[in-house]
Amino acid sequence: MTEAAIELHDVTVRLGGRTILENLNLVIPAGKVTAVMGPSGAGKTTVLRLVTGQIRPDSGEVRVGDTQVEKLDGKALNRFRREIGVLLQNGALFTDLTCFDNVALPLREHTDLPETLIRRLVLLKLQMVGLRGAAELYPRELSGGMNRRVATARAMALDPSIMLFDEPFAGLDPISLGVSLRLIRDINHALGITSIVITHDVDEVSELADQCAIIADRQAVATGTPSELTDSDNPLVRQFMQGLPDGPVPFHYPAQDLADDLLAMEKRR
Amino acid sequence: MTPESPGTRLFDRPLRELGRAFLFLLTAISRMRFTRLQLAETLRQVYFAGVRSLVIIVTCGFFVGLVLTLQTYDTLTRFGAGDAVSTVLALSLFRELGPVLTALLFAGRAGTSITAEIGLMRATEQLDALDLMAIDPMERIVQPRLIAGMIAVPALVLIFNVTAIVGGVFFAVFLMGNDPVTFWSNMQASVELGRDFFGGMVKAVAFGFLAAWLAVWFGWSARPTSEGVALATTQTVIATAITVLILDFVLSAFML
Repeated sequence: MTEAAIELHDVTVRLGGRTILENLNLVIPAGKVTAVMGPSGAGKTTVLRLVTGQIRPDSGEVRVGDTQVEKLDGKALNRFRREIGVLLQNGALFTDLTCFDNVALPLREHTDLPETLIRRLVLLKLQMVGLRGAAELYPRELSGGMNRRVATARAMALDPSIMLFDEPFAGLDPISLGVSLRLIRDINHALGITSIVITHDVDEVSELADQCAIIADRQAVATGTPSELTDSDNPLVRQFMQGLPDGPVPFHYPAQDLADDLLAMEKRR
Repeated sequence: MTPESPGTRLFDRPLRELGRAFLFLLTAISRMRFTRLQLAETLRQVYFAGVRSLVIIVTCGFFVGLVLTLQTYDTLTRFGAGDAVSTVLALSLFRELGPVLTALLFAGRAGTSITAEIGLMRATEQLDALDLMAIDPMERIVQPRLIAGMIAVPALVLIFNVTAIVGGVFFAVFLMGNDPVTFWSNMQASVELGRDFFGGMVKAVAFGFLAAWLAVWFGWSARPTSEGVALATTQTVIATAITVLILDFVLSAFML
């Protein structure tokens, strides 16, 4: 059985008076690509924020390796975060820095390496994402997909053992999407790291992920390989995997009956 | 006052905001770190906040000097005291107008830009990215801008004063034909280095700190939307203008 890299046990998170996750249990295997999927607003990004220690659970335990994340703060949390690379939804590159300086930033901040060595490392990271030639360009001079690739290189700068990708395929054209898919796959296989991909792109997930987890109704309602989830009998999983407009997740926002609404309008006139 | 009384409603939000802004400042100061990277970033911010404000400072300084000399010369000559124009010009500039107007111009030019930049960094997850890379945004973003404000504003005040005096010389000596020797000697005799010049510089440092603090705070606390960033930049200008004028009165009262 594969060793677990990340474990969430009975995690409950309440934000702004709303329960986002309730008694969530999730195990992410080491060295694999795991896709965390689910409808919008289901709490996928909350899982990412729990793993990075950006938020703490109201109850339960978040364990990354031997580290209990919710108990970390200050310097210990910073040390822990150096082991994790995160690609945020829009890349979040610093617009006043070139691509080179963006990737060099964590190396300059956290290591005492000489500038010549930092230069070599940065160029290697940019080569890995196919953008060595864009080293001196600013993020505004690149497309959205290229920005995310540079951000991936930056997230990989300190050679993390875990990579988290938040919606890496959102808004990408088919070519950029294909490049991103291959990149995540190659990084995972070449470096043997653990990857979590937060997404709701079902087609891409079936190509990329070794394991999937679907978050809905504040819990992980299903886990398994992409093909297992596609064949699932669970109505919620089936609705999500097949992209059905109506089902356990309703198409309509809760409202009173349409006829009552229209009649009420007539009466007001 | 009950929790629902109008007085509570009027003061509750500004007081809470003030408390949060103070806590933010204390956190920034308590995490102050002086490294080579910090120094480089601070110098970069001095360039952005200071050097890029030069055009507005030089232009406004020259015309403030011109109009101040014009108005005082016109009034003083009615009493046969036209020669005292350089004294009035220098004292008003060094003690009040230089620091206050420069701080207000700085808030309009650099303060708004700092607020908008940090607000957009929040909206585009750049601050989150720093946090996730184990880089403290307080160290990387807030502290360099706070220090840059305290360096840039006094330097800009000096430049503002010099260009305003050039404006005054242009009007009084070249246009009105006043004796340049009398103009300069009256100025030298009336300005005290300690009280007038350094007093003004103390104000400049205080206003620079205040303007930078408010600019950074409103950017930091801006809602991550276009409307939120627009509101934050407006708040920066309004809050800086009001607090600089209040602080100016307090400092002047202590210095006189």
